[in-house]
Amino acid sequence: MNDWTTASSIAAAVQDGSVSASEVTRAALGRIERHNPSLNAFTSVTAERAITRARALGDARVAGTPLGPLAGVPFAVKNLIDIAGLPTRAGSRINRTRPPAAADATLIARLEAAGAVLVGALNMGEYAYDFTGENSHDGPSRNPHDLTRMTGGSSGGSGGAVAGGLVPLALGSDTNGSIRVPASFCGLFGLKPTFGRLSRAGSFPFVASLDHLGPLARSVADLALAYDAMQGPDPLDPACAQRACEPAVPTLPHGAGGLRIAVAGGYFQDGASPEALQAAARVADALSATQTVELPEAARARSAAYVITTTEGAALHLERLRTRADEFDPDVRDRLIAGALLPAPFAVQAQKFRRWYRDAVLRCFAGIDAIIAPATPTTAPLIGQKTFVLDGVEVPLRPNIGVYTQPISFIGLPVVVVPVATDALPIGVQIIAPPWREDIALRIACDLEQRGIAEARHPAGMA
Amino acid sequence: MTEIDELDALIDAGTAVLGIAVAPEWREQIRLHLAISLRHAAAVEAFPLPDETDPAPVFQA
Repeated sequence: MNDWTTASSIAAAVQDGSVSASEVTRAALGRIERHNPSLNAFTSVTAERAITRARALGDARVAGTPLGPLAGVPFAVKNLIDIAGLPTRAGSRINRTRPPAAADATLIARLEAAGAVLVGALNMGEYAYDFTGENSHDGPSRNPHDLTRMTGGSSGGSGGAVAGGLVPLALGSDTNGSIRVPASFCGLFGLKPTFGRLSRAGSFPFVASLDHLGPLARSVADLALAYDAMQGPDPLDPACAQRACEPAVPTLPHGAGGLRIAVAGGYFQDGASPEALQAAARVADALSATQTVELPEAARARSAAYVITTTEGAALHLERLRTRADEFDPDVRDRLIAGALLPAPFAVQAQKFRRWYRDAVLRCFAGIDAIIAPATPTTAPLIGQKTFVLDGVEVPLRPNIGVYTQPISFIGLPVVVVPVATDALPIGVQIIAPPWREDIALRIACDLEQRGIAEARHPAGMA
Repeated sequence: MTEIDELDALIDAGTAVLGIAVAPEWREQIRLHLAISLRHAAAVEAFPLPDETDPAPVFQA
């Protein structure tokens, strides 16, 4: 057992009694105490709750009660996910005055029902309107591979906590790329499931049309274990689909053989750095993906996602913009005010275009099982960096890190980000599957992991 | 009227209607983000769609 032990290995050891859940929990809490001052990943540590929970798991084992598939696995959640007894701050200062959450979010309850142990809440960009992991109230999440660099966001603490070895599993949210960007910058596996697959009940919203929750981990098996434990309908989330659990873990050994995989061309090649293009090419070579597919109108899809995001986000926060505007992170406030000023017909037209684009992209999947695309245009920028060069033009960094993720989440397609093994800063590649086929993306990711193409590498500076 | 004037007119009228008080030092960034949002909106609007196309989220009773 060390800081890089996977959730699967921890659960197996707790189940067979070679280590206790209490020992695993104490070790995780010790790592958080040692490393969080430099990583700034955790905003709350639920130590007492975790110790009590771990002790109960130990008692259950002694009593002969079967333990779940995540027995004793420490995990943490982005702080927009409700933890009973804590105000759900969603990265904001304003929300700290909300009453404490009365109950855990559905996904926390499901992970704990599978034996996992919650150890805390994680830093994030304010109200999830962010790709950097910076936060003007709590300070920036720091990238374990280089503390001067961004984790990516908005699930920045989720990336930092898992890549820093503090926990093997974290939950994030992804509206336009907020799981996939930190997975890429921090060198992790991340799953953004199909829109409606996992319940969002008990999470602070951002854009109801586009919000997803999902896991980040250091192995595909861990991602799939957590995903399987969290699936299933939930009457508390009206967008959660009425689909029974479709377990992905049993499908992982099937590998990528026989799957027809194409590379996203055009828009998804333009503007990417050499590192991003090399990573995507390496994955494509390993999978013998020689076919290129053009997703039609991808740039316009990003524009439509942008419009829906800024208008729905503004509507959500309108009263707070009226009464407490000076308490927002200025970067978030100014974008939300701009969103409030956008005439309503644009938002409706963007939703109509979403329908058209969905149908057009689904036609692209005829004869194709998965599509490969870069996750981010570059490796992690420096904390505080405001611009970067995209397609030869210097552009604002914050709104543009998600150029390759936005056209995918816009229509809710499932994606696994795989970290491509490199000796330099990490960078991820998206494996995109048709709706409800997370199993395909996970199988491909697992295949790449087993062959050493994808790997969550231990940061050199972390002990 | 320059583009900046038009954006400022929209900011002034819109925030007045919505009841949002804008500090002078916020204006430059709001104007920047409004211009970006309007460019994205124009790209969406330029794509012809049939009147019959349903918006994407379908409410299910």
